[in-house]
Amino acid sequence: MTLAPRRAKLAAIALTGVGALTLAACSSGGDGNATASGSTGTSGLTSTEFTYLGQTQNTTIISTLESLGSGACSAEQASTPLVSDAIDGTTWDQQLQVLAGSDALSNMSMAAGTPSLMKDFIDAGKVLDLTDAFAQLGMTDPVLPAAEATLKQLYQTDDLYALPTEYNIEGFWYNKALFDQAGVTVPTTWSELVDAAAKLDAAGIQPFIAAGSDGWPVTRLVGDYILRDLGADALQKVADGSAKLTDPEYVAGADAVAALGQAGYFGPAAGSIDYNTAMNQFLTGGGAMFYMGSWALANFNDPEQDQIGVDNIGYFAFPEVEGGKGSISETPANAGIPVMFTTANYTDDIGAWVKCIAENYGNVALAESGQVTGFTITETPADQSDLTTMVQDQIANATGSILWFEAAFTSEGTTVSQTNGGGLATGSLSGADFMALVQAANEG
Amino acid sequence: MESVFRNRGATLLMLTPALLVYTIVMLIPIVWSVTYTFQSGNAVTGFEFVGFDNWIKFFGDETAIDALWFTLRYAIVMTTLQVAAGYGLALLYIFFLRNRSSLVRATIFFPVILPTVAVALMFTRMFEAAPTAGPVNAIIMWLGGDLTDFLGDPGYSFWVIIIMDVWRSMGFYAVLLYAGLVEIPQDIMESARIDGASGWKLVRKIVFPLSLPILLSSLIFSINGTLKVFDSIVALTNGGPGSATTPLTLYMFRTSFAYGQYGYGSTVAFMLTLLCLVATIFVFRSMRKDVTR
Repeated sequence: MTLAPRRAKLAAIALTGVGALTLAACSSGGDGNATASGSTGTSGLTSTEFTYLGQTQNTTIISTLESLGSGACSAEQASTPLVSDAIDGTTWDQQLQVLAGSDALSNMSMAAGTPSLMKDFIDAGKVLDLTDAFAQLGMTDPVLPAAEATLKQLYQTDDLYALPTEYNIEGFWYNKALFDQAGVTVPTTWSELVDAAAKLDAAGIQPFIAAGSDGWPVTRLVGDYILRDLGADALQKVADGSAKLTDPEYVAGADAVAALGQAGYFGPAAGSIDYNTAMNQFLTGGGAMFYMGSWALANFNDPEQDQIGVDNIGYFAFPEVEGGKGSISETPANAGIPVMFTTANYTDDIGAWVKCIAENYGNVALAESGQVTGFTITETPADQSDLTTMVQDQIANATGSILWFEAAFTSEGTTVSQTNGGGLATGSLSGADFMALVQAANEG
Repeated sequence: MESVFRNRGATLLMLTPALLVYTIVMLIPIVWSVTYTFQSGNAVTGFEFVGFDNWIKFFGDETAIDALWFTLRYAIVMTTLQVAAGYGLALLYIFFLRNRSSLVRATIFFPVILPTVAVALMFTRMFEAAPTAGPVNAIIMWLGGDLTDFLGDPGYSFWVIIIMDVWRSMGFYAVLLYAGLVEIPQDIMESARIDGASGWKLVRKIVFPLSLPILLSSLIFSINGTLKVFDSIVALTNGGPGSATTPLTLYMFRTSFAYGQYGYGSTVAFMLTLLCLVATIFVFRSMRKDVTR
């Protein structure tokens, strides 16, 4: 009987000791990570390397950086060599959170896919304020005003926190030959779009191609419909809490897209089509209309992938909704996945890289990959395709830009929206059910 | 031996290394995880004490309840099918194949050693509807049926997961249960046969009661493994379409690491732990009477 209390006391002492040791080990581990990159962490000092982390799916950024390293930024490459790494993009935001939580972000990395997560990083002081950095580096206007405005709107900040390695407009790309075959003209209103789809379907042509398994190409249509119908600030009102996605006027947008799915206009297995399959379907003549961003120009301009011919591809803006407050001249735009720089380990050497990238990235990406970026272009390539020029003109002529459906949503809202978007394309989910799911996720 | 245990110094010395390891790898993470259930936030935004908010949220969260329901449905169906298939195969080895069963056993065990992602890719291709129809759809269409989007339809995708996981795991349970069945003394079997028991009667009256301990172990293995299913579902459907095949583990992973809600993710994890504990106790208690009869 006397043994038990003493045993319990000994066990308690042992547990406390072990616990204290473990806590100490954990806390020192965190510090170790923060300084593990070999850099000093304060401006004015030097770095031994310039680290970049990207997604395996995106090869344009790293190939442009490598070209810069052997060209315009060779001096920076010689003093602070570029060291790159890539991980799968499907778990990108998760990886960034873990890295940011332990101050282990690379000097430069692709930004978080979810704007609300980027806002968390910015609020926590993890991301470099580029407006300040450019001023310190003596730079003026390396980023196009439209792209800068889009990024500031996206992260709801007064300063710039990411660089636009892409600047994309979105809209419908269509197969001109299939339109001619079905006797369809380019629609400018939603009713005309639905009529065009019906005609194409009757002619045995799949009207729309969409990556239903990725979800976002379908939810983009919902967002655009709402913005055309209710005006450019409609989704911001949802984020502010002054409107709900379950309000009837918002559900109408999801219903309009769900109706296309129920009519079978996205094909028989839209829920299983991923991005690459959808792209391949469009470029091999498997369907007439493809809602996508202008980043797809790289695919359209590649003769090996594009079996229907780049001259056979046309573009039209997301149609107006009859009686709606939005205008067809407001172009859905985004900066693709921009790149950010971390404040940890920011030194003069990293600053030199930031300056060189901001000044030269746009020219190199356009010349080598045909990529339209948000940087100021000082050299236009001579052999640029007409489609690329058309996109540049469209960007120049747009009177305003609008963001996508999930841009102002929480991480959870974004994930739930995109994982359920495919249900609208297959017709298995009603507009009201979809909106209820996303609204609930946004409210946490 | 008794004198050694009476020596408290020796007892402590012998127990300390194991206790240390157990504390570091088990107790501290569990306690740490439980403390997160009373907090909100993440490593980037910092943590805030929120009391029982996460627990209240869990019981009002439809997605969590759906995930819980899916987990239970998956665990019950999988446990029933994989243990039954394993038991059936083990009986086949014992009664029909006997000593010639090693090649069959190796063949059926083979899927167990295959990487889950590879198996999931194979099943994705088998049940594919787009861009090309996979073998299953090809057969259905050859027989005059319509193209079916097995992985894009919530009703079908559940059963594709079940078929894949039963195919993957039945070999393991067959070997496990076979090991139990070969331990049944031959003289008991012989005397039962002499008494006129054969076929189904022999299995029901002799083999089944004597193999109950190993069946109990199999059920506990199975129920705990299936309640914690993660990799096969992530690789095959990633919880979709929508959230139709999202188990608690995947929901926990998403809330913690995709939504940045470490506290709520820990609450989901703790619920899963409780579920495993309750299921194990339930299986153990319901079988104990039979084992000791």
